[in-house]
Amino acid sequence: MTKFIPIIIFTIMLPIFFVGLSRNKSELPSPLIGKTIPSFSLPSLLDPSITIDQKSINGKFVLFNVWATWCVGCREEHKFLMDLSQRKEITIIGLNWRDNRADALNWLVNLGNPYEISIEDKMGRTAIDWGVYGAPETFLINSNGIIIHKHLGPLSEEDWNGDFKPLIMAKQR
Amino acid sequence: MRIALLILLSAYMSIGYCIDNGPAFEDKQLQARYETIIAEVRCLVCQNQSIKSSNVFLAVDLRNEIKRLLSVGKTDKEIANYLVDRYGEFVLYRPRFSGGRIFLWLAPAFFLLIGLFMMIKIIRTKISQPSNFHNG
Repeated sequence: MTKFIPIIIFTIMLPIFFVGLSRNKSELPSPLIGKTIPSFSLPSLLDPSITIDQKSINGKFVLFNVWATWCVGCREEHKFLMDLSQRKEITIIGLNWRDNRADALNWLVNLGNPYEISIEDKMGRTAIDWGVYGAPETFLINSNGIIIHKHLGPLSEEDWNGDFKPLIMAKQR
Repeated sequence: MRIALLILLSAYMSIGYCIDNGPAFEDKQLQARYETIIAEVRCLVCQNQSIKSSNVFLAVDLRNEIKRLLSVGKTDKEIANYLVDRYGEFVLYRPRFSGGRIFLWLAPAFFLLIGLFMMIKIIRTKISQPSNFHNG
């Protein structure tokens, strides 16, 4: 009996290490999934005299995209976001994170503006409430204002079709 | 030329090392708590650093946030919960003693007990087995 104990322990440890070591440690699961969106109150990027809060996200499926002009991945996904906004498949809201306003406005003028609403988070307080730790990050919010998915890194057509669309279809039925 | 470069580099390094400009709090006790907390919060951008030793802006923002929470009188536990609610358990270097993490804390003692048990068992069987060798 004693002879088999090391073999038993080995067979227990093998799958644990297999799962643990094959996980991508830079992609952390967000504790916000399944929760209501955090409240915020920030100026509009296009017109700082307008204040935008979480109520403007309510009632429909929304993509909440965190971006900045200093972020390389944001430039990479921008073309796809433009495509998506032109297809009118979903409302896209942009959170401009820790950026320079003039640069951000330039970006939207020169490359196009995929966002129905643009919010400016200059101090990064709201980004902390959303658990943002890199850019780009994209949240999918359902019609009850609950976060149902988070995507890290540039968004692509494959991510949209594979991860986002099925969630939207399932919840709309 | 070389010496000039060395001086320049060391000047640059000293900039890199001063993360906060001076202490965050006048109160010594608060400052001590602040330093303990920020040393145990993982910088998620540069994963194997704490936010105490990193100067990426997320680490700066989180330090400011922790400063704010401490100054409004939040406890260490409340601050840990605040961070975990947003970034998940991974943000803390020292996992909390609750839920499935209890296994993490108890596993070493558990494995030590298994080891001891096996050792005693093996020694016992070895003693009780009659020796195959003739003495003398």
